[in-house]
Amino acid sequence: MPKKQHYTLTVNGREEEFLAEPRELLIYTLRERLNITGPHIGCETSHCGACTVTLNGKSVKACTLFVAQADGAEITTIEGIGGPDDLHPLQVAFKEHHGLQCGYCTPGMITRATKLLEEIPNPTEEEIRFGMAGNICRCTGYQNIVKSIQAAAAEMSAAKEAAE
Amino acid sequence: MIPAAFDYYRPKDMAGVLALLDTHGDDARVIAGGHSLIPMMKLRMADVQHLIDLQDVGGLSDIEIGAESVRLGALVTQADIIDHTGLATAAPILREAALQIADPQVRSMGTVGGNVANGDPGNDMPGLMQCLDATFSLVGPEGSRDVPARAFYEAAYMTARADDEVLTAVSIPRPTGGFAYEKQKRKIGDYATAAAAVQMVRAGETCASAAIAMTNLSDTPVFSAAAGAALEGTRVDDAAIKTAVAAMLADIDPTEDNRGPVAFKKHVAGVILSRAIARAWSRA
Ligand SMILES: Cc1cc2nc3c(=O)[nH]c(=O)nc-3n(C[C@H](O)[C@H](O)[C@H](O)COP(=O)(O)OP(=O)(O)OC[C@H]3O[C@@H](n4cnc5c(N)ncnc54)[C@H](O)[C@@H]3O)c2cc1C
Ligand code: FES
Ligand code: FES
Repeated sequence: MPKKQHYTLTVNGREEEFLAEPRELLIYTLRERLNITGPHIGCETSHCGACTVTLNGKSVKACTLFVAQADGAEITTIEGIGGPDDLHPLQVAFKEHHGLQCGYCTPGMITRATKLLEEIPNPTEEEIRFGMAGNICRCTGYQNIVKSIQAAAAEMSAAKEAAE
Repeated sequence: MIPAAFDYYRPKDMAGVLALLDTHGDDARVIAGGHSLIPMMKLRMADVQHLIDLQDVGGLSDIEIGAESVRLGALVTQADIIDHTGLATAAPILREAALQIADPQVRSMGTVGGNVANGDPGNDMPGLMQCLDATFSLVGPEGSRDVPARAFYEAAYMTARADDEVLTAVSIPRPTGGFAYEKQKRKIGDYATAAAAVQMVRAGETCASAAIAMTNLSDTPVFSAAAGAALEGTRVDDAAIKTAVAAMLADIDPTEDNRGPVAFKKHVAGVILSRAIARAWSRA
């Protein structure tokens, strides 16, 4: 029986140390070990994107990574993007433009969208649809997700210009 | 979906990787991005007792663009290929193909080395690399050797790489002329129903040379020398494209699966190759 190993992750700026088997999937580490339940499990087969987190600056699916691979990594989940008292512009936009219905896909959507807007600050509809292609939504039909991301992009660009 | 337990190692250099492969033999596997291997381990279709992570081995993530060739380290990801400005001019077909693989999250993990070493007929890069006449560099207990992509694939998941060898890099002679990577898939993120990689050189009004490889239409990628030859010396008119498609169809051997029956796959292969040739020629 393989022994548990000692791992360190920095999740949303907080260092977490724990013992786990290397085969533990990162999504379970986050949800069940660290109680960070924003990232969801939709398919568990790398298709739906509900488990999307940012790992060392890249969007990844946490259901398709062993915790051992992530040892030493910096991870951002939806909890690190904004909370009820300090919503991220994407969260505000999803709320205002009905970018969600049941909300199951939303943490993954917004976590992926934060990276997309870093990669392309003012994306076209086509760039949004292509850049969000790893995230599936069963409710909205995507139209309002696209609108929400466009609205947030406009808001963030305006804020950036105002700051300059 | 919990995979079976394994021991995990993250050696700092290739000597460490090779030593572990030597000690554990068949029970050990290397992992790069894990986006082919982890799904197989979750399904318990891959039995891995010792997992050797390549991520800390230095020197495997470089992209080198030389005067004559392009060299991609095994750990270069699909996202790295897409983002690299030099590659977009030196070998634009790589970017065009990488954009048609999976989705953004998968592309930030999936590596070139894993894609070509995996041996899954569904992977897009083996056919691409055959079209480009790439060479795979392997290192093992006996030292290093190079194997041409066109001689690497033996059957599904069977390649010229021995179990105790690691693929370190893919080298590509700098492609010239027009190019196209054309892929038919059921949805974004799906493996190909049929895909074609085409690279063509023009001399005046006629085609001087053409390289054609097909994906997911046999248990290995198919480099169709006959299809390329059918275009050479022609003006790449409809008749020439038809002859090339017929030559390609004689070289593939698709099987029926959830992407469709054999006749459908052959039909799609023909459509995809015709489109790829037309697009490559328009860029030549
Ligand atoms: C949802 C989804 C959709 C996908 N769609 C596509 C697609 O459309 N087209 C496509 O081509 N791929 C697709 N993939 C696969 C993806 O591109 C993989 O990442 C890639 O095939 C393997 O690369 P990896 O780095 O993840 O390899 P791993 O999964 O780490 O390894 C795969 C195999 O190769 C071996 N290996 C890895 N690196 C080396 C090396 N350097 N030397 C020797 N052996 C090595 C491993 O031992 C293993 O057997 C998809 C994957 C997912 C999850
Ligand atoms: S739960 Fe990870 S992609 Fe669906
Ligand atoms: S809002 Fe229900 S799955 Fe997207």
